[in-house]
Amino acid sequence: MVSLTINGQKVEVEPEATILQAAEKLGVFIPTFCYSPQLTLVGACRMCVVEVEGMRALVASCCTPVRDGMVVHTDTERVHTARKINLNLLLANHPLDCLTCEKNGNCRLQDYCYLYGVSESDFKGDRKDYALEDTNPFFIRDMNKCILCGLCVRTCHEINGAGAIEIMNRGFDSKVSAAFYDPLENSPCVFCGMCVDACPVGALTPKQSIGKGRSYELETVKTVCPYCGTGCGLELYVKNNEVVRVKGDPSNPVSRGQVCVKGHFGTDFLKSPERLTTPLIRKNGELVESSWDEALDLVAEKLKGVKGTELAGFSSARATNEENYLFQKLLRSLGTNNIDHCARL
Amino acid sequence: MTNSIGEIEDAGALLVIGSNTTETHPVIGYRMKMAKRKGAALIVVDPRRVDLAEHADLFLQLRPGTNEALLNGLIHVIIEEGLADEEFVRERTEGFAEMAAAVKKYTPGYVEEITGVAADDIRRAARLYAKAESAAIFYTMGITQHSSGTNNVLAVANLAMVSGNVGKRSAGVNPLRGQNNVQGACDMGALPNVVTGYQRVDHRDTQSKFKKDWGVKLPVAPGLTATEIIDGILDGGIKVLYVMGENPALSDANLNHVLEALAKVEFLVVQDIFLTETAAQADVVLPAAAFAEKHGTFTNTERRVQLVRQAVNPPGEARADWVILQELASRLGLGWSYGGPEEVFQEIARLTPSYAGISYKRLEEEGGLQWPCPDAEHPGTPYLHANQFAGGKGHFTPVEYQPPAEEPDAEYPLLLTTGRNLFHYHTGTMTRRSSAIGPFKPEEMAQISKEDAEKLGIEEGDLVKISSRRGEVKVKVQVTEIVPPGVVFMTFHFHEAAVNLLTNSKVDPVAKIPEYKVCAVKLEKAVP
Amino acid sequence: MYEKQILICAGTGCISSGSMHVQESLSEELKKHGLQDKVRIILSGCHGFCEKGPIFIVYPEDIFYCEVKVEDVPELVEEHLVKGNVVERLLYKDPVSEKRVFSHKDIPFYSKQKRQILRNCGVIDPENIDEYIIRGGYSGMKKALYMDPLEIINTVKSSGLRGRGGAGFPTGMKWEFGYRSPGDKKYVVCNADEGDPGAFMDRSVLEGDPHAVLEGLIIAGRAIGSDEAYIYVRAEYPLAIRRLRKAIAQAEEYGFLGNNILDSGTNFKINIKEGAGAFVCGEETALLASIEGERGIPRPRPPFPAVKGLWGKPTCINNVETLANVPLILRNGAEWYSAVGTEGSKGTKIFAVTGKVNNTGLCEVPMGISLREIVFDIGGGIRGGKKYKAVQIGGPSGGCIPEELLDLPVDFDSLTAKGAMMGSGGMVVMDEDTCMVDLARYFLSFTQSESCGKCTPCREGTKRMLEILERITQGKGEPDDIERLEKLALSVKDSALCGLGQTAPNPVLTTLRYFRDEYEAHIFDRRCPAGVCKDLLSYYIDPELCIGCRACTKACPAEAISGEKKEPHVIDETKCIRCGACFERCKKGAVKTR
Repeated sequence: MVSLTINGQKVEVEPEATILQAAEKLGVFIPTFCYSPQLTLVGACRMCVVEVEGMRALVASCCTPVRDGMVVHTDTERVHTARKINLNLLLANHPLDCLTCEKNGNCRLQDYCYLYGVSESDFKGDRKDYALEDTNPFFIRDMNKCILCGLCVRTCHEINGAGAIEIMNRGFDSKVSAAFYDPLENSPCVFCGMCVDACPVGALTPKQSIGKGRSYELETVKTVCPYCGTGCGLELYVKNNEVVRVKGDPSNPVSRGQVCVKGHFGTDFLKSPERLTTPLIRKNGELVESSWDEALDLVAEKLKGVKGTELAGFSSARATNEENYLFQKLLRSLGTNNIDHCARL
Repeated sequence: MTNSIGEIEDAGALLVIGSNTTETHPVIGYRMKMAKRKGAALIVVDPRRVDLAEHADLFLQLRPGTNEALLNGLIHVIIEEGLADEEFVRERTEGFAEMAAAVKKYTPGYVEEITGVAADDIRRAARLYAKAESAAIFYTMGITQHSSGTNNVLAVANLAMVSGNVGKRSAGVNPLRGQNNVQGACDMGALPNVVTGYQRVDHRDTQSKFKKDWGVKLPVAPGLTATEIIDGILDGGIKVLYVMGENPALSDANLNHVLEALAKVEFLVVQDIFLTETAAQADVVLPAAAFAEKHGTFTNTERRVQLVRQAVNPPGEARADWVILQELASRLGLGWSYGGPEEVFQEIARLTPSYAGISYKRLEEEGGLQWPCPDAEHPGTPYLHANQFAGGKGHFTPVEYQPPAEEPDAEYPLLLTTGRNLFHYHTGTMTRRSSAIGPFKPEEMAQISKEDAEKLGIEEGDLVKISSRRGEVKVKVQVTEIVPPGVVFMTFHFHEAAVNLLTNSKVDPVAKIPEYKVCAVKLEKAVP
Repeated sequence: MYEKQILICAGTGCISSGSMHVQESLSEELKKHGLQDKVRIILSGCHGFCEKGPIFIVYPEDIFYCEVKVEDVPELVEEHLVKGNVVERLLYKDPVSEKRVFSHKDIPFYSKQKRQILRNCGVIDPENIDEYIIRGGYSGMKKALYMDPLEIINTVKSSGLRGRGGAGFPTGMKWEFGYRSPGDKKYVVCNADEGDPGAFMDRSVLEGDPHAVLEGLIIAGRAIGSDEAYIYVRAEYPLAIRRLRKAIAQAEEYGFLGNNILDSGTNFKINIKEGAGAFVCGEETALLASIEGERGIPRPRPPFPAVKGLWGKPTCINNVETLANVPLILRNGAEWYSAVGTEGSKGTKIFAVTGKVNNTGLCEVPMGISLREIVFDIGGGIRGGKKYKAVQIGGPSGGCIPEELLDLPVDFDSLTAKGAMMGSGGMVVMDEDTCMVDLARYFLSFTQSESCGKCTPCREGTKRMLEILERITQGKGEPDDIERLEKLALSVKDSALCGLGQTAPNPVLTTLRYFRDEYEAHIFDRRCPAGVCKDLLSYYIDPELCIGCRACTKACPAEAISGEKKEPHVIDETKCIRCGACFERCKKGAVKTR
């Protein structure tokens, strides 16, 4: 273990820990944009800079390893100035349309500007002026809002492995894009949308959520994806009995926040107008609406009306364990083992 | 899976056979690519140049339906070149000599003749796999949906055991289950021969245990499998069919046969969230709740039981399946009175040794548990067979190559194989009703090779008629290098081009899985 | 046996002023006079005095001809080689005394220099390994091959050698880190990505003495335990690359490279990687990324390359000039080496002196020499008798040093203390006609366009600094722009990711420090004291001097000048676009600025 001092408090951490991790252990807050524990450390956004005694310049705490006896200050005037100017520079090149931005209330740029009291930029000059990219049905890319933290790019390369996007150009003209500035549909993008979940600002917006609720109005429910057998954790965001957004659940031990296009953007069948909402009974060759009692009475009568061996049931690989259990219990209680499901699909 | 998803990225080698992982199990696909970036050798075996093949160190493009020959060939090389894990074979297994004798004739040259995979590539694959510190095999329906599916799985087990890749981290035999709770449905005894936790219905202890708990006597004789039930209806033996959340009218092989059965059955109950192709045939349709509208548990492909939580209410009068079942049970005088899914789960744990230590409380606190979890202190089992196999020793079973039941001939010169794509799921019941995915991938595109397209005078986007001995469909084509000449690929997501009208319902004799992966078809340009 | 040898400079500078044509012509003339067996032509490396090229030296008498053209060759052969008369008109003329100088040793440009690293440049045929060996080449390597790695490292440590690439990190210490980093594979990298505009010392060493760099690499490899090196050299240096390739082939042939070098058991291989010329690729982590085939973008340090470098392996990166010092240290010993220089900076340093001095070119001086000596003795003073204003040291990332600091000793620490830096050794001398705000703007426009864009302070900050400077030079500066600029510059320096971003504000900060009044004049008086910023100039015609020739009227693209023929003309300030065309055109000096 290595011992260091942060803001006068002693802390012991593993030798390979970073200053940021040591600070987290102490509960000392350090703002970050480009940091993610799952991704390569790039030290690009410089929001997490701190002062280390004996070092000439400020250092990025996210990617600077601790040293024994290191003395760190995270809250000095010098650090604050650097962070404020950093935010100031970002704001100089960022639309201030928080009123209509989907990210409002859950935007790290907004949070940090609030924290450091930066309301507008001191710097006037060129601004990005990119067209909105909204040709795919899943999410909108507004590169005018991009702060070039690169989380989306690293997620695409290091988590998904598709490598559909890169930071193109250099310097002030840097822009996240697919090769040849093509729309994502013409790239290796598989629309997992993990870039959308990773974006700390409003540059990537899922289309299904637009206008459906502010982040602080939404209730989060953690559950498991209804598609393949991987069992990825999903976070469902709910407002007024409607799931308005889905994200990967970072706390899920299987998927660690990872998700694919189906889990991410394919669960709004829940609100399809084609959902069955009432029991139906075939009368004169037509399925007509009925009451539950009528339908259940009819089914019970038919189930009772045959010998066990004349009865068969297909259970469901989509239903819960409890439901599968009860289904086979019901049929077996009626005297049949003719139970199967589509395990073979 | 014998092993866990979280172990994939640390494997030394991955052998992915008959699995289009990045499309059918995308998140597991991410992990495979991560493993590759971390230095694992990646070997992909598939008749199609699937996306994962692009990332592979070695891609073996075998002829459809020749898996067991290839697997035997790999084992042959491993034994021949002294790469077998002799200690593991000696201490942990039995039947090696018989198996070794059986693979003797599967020389790389012979296997090349059968599979079309170059003998050298077979040798290289065997070495990459066997020399790795830990090597994991992954497969899906690409090897099981064959009339020889069981043999394929046995051959996979032989391969893993001969190289000592069982019972340790980042190794194992890992079938990737295709549906969110197919593992759970099996675990729960939604099968004709077992009740929960694979306890045989005809076993005396099972009989007495369940009778005591349920207060009802279990039927002793094993029941019929799905394909047998369909046949049973047509034979007149089955009169009432209760379908909960399945769509055999689109998903089952040789659909015309299935549709005939659904039309014939005396009473059909379908419980679902949409009016599926199957529900449309029903006498009674019961509206069910979807995954986000109820509580419960799913068990994933790595045997992990996880909590499913309700986020919204079901639409209209729709009810959760368990509520419907309990309502029926009470009308049938069974007297169930579960207060909710948690009480049902407590009963499952009580009756199922592998689930005995799992409770909602633990799932809530520990974020899922992998069975076997025999008691409340047990941490769950990330990988199976750590110190010994369930039955003591691992048993090698000799496997012989057996050609598919139906192969291309003069009349039906092309080979049709089926699967899924990234964007859709199964019969499209859910994904095709998603506002984003539905319109993004709105129709089926049958994949054919450039060579076949040229031969037949067909271009990308043309409408063709594909027919087999069992039926025909009209579908647009995609001309691609993903499939080799002579092979046609379709998914079963689209009722407009229901590929299962064509597929062969010839089943594997043991697992009763139909041969979805190989049948003979012909293809001609169609008028719209 | 040859009676005479003629050295013709074949450095890039002299080649562009025609030295290869001179050489062709000389061969022909020698044949004409039957001298081809008596006079040997040697194509040498750079002499540093590029301004006076092509350079043509006749040995054994050591006569230094400069600016030799093809048409001068017959005369040189006829007069000098046949008759034995020196052609005086082609000798160097001292700008002060106006006297002709015979030998280069007597030219002040050379006499104040201490040519250690450049010892072979301009002297030997760089394409001939034997010439390098005769002058002691590869003897340092031979010593090192049988020394313990730590012994080599200690020798370099006690020599006091510091990295010549810019930051001045002690080379021996860097090697020790590399040596102590565990790894089955290690790399040595030569940074030959000379990116500072106007700096060309690395190119000259590579072109003029490539074996010195190879020898340095082999010694470095032996010290840290590496068997493979990369030379990262920009593709704009085709001659250097060609000579390096040739030198590597020769060294391989002599058994100095390859397996089991001279039976020592040491293996070493040198690869050349051509860079595409991005400034940021001189930053070591960006350079490594570029060798790996990735985009040349810096990575955070630590981990330092000595721990995790090329393809994740321990890697030592040294600059060309640093490596060229190494053979000397091994051959002559640490003590010999450290006898030259100051307390903290040992040995010599090569500077590329450009700008408003009489003698521009490459000079090698002992550490600790004063700026005044470089500018006024070696550089021959300010051109045209103008007044010295400042010198920009360290390229676009360096800072400017004003007149009051002219006696500053030139070494790593003194320069840093004054806000400049050694950098790679670019030195741009400015006279009174240079606007310091415009200078800062110029350097910022360079660093801004070379910013890779990875980190926020550099990507956004250099852009905003440049915009403020542009505003000021255009006469649109706002009262709080100085404060805004200074605060931003300090913050970028303090928080940027790599050396490029951290040093990009230096020209701004030093000009603000030493020439703040010029900024204030631009902003508050709307005036450019040096008369450079054209938006702040107003042109007028002095009626006393104007002869009404109409040259200015024709030159003016804005039709802003009017007047009768042969009468004094007038400029309409409202129409004038301040292009300066009239000013340039007027032969009478009647167009003036205020």
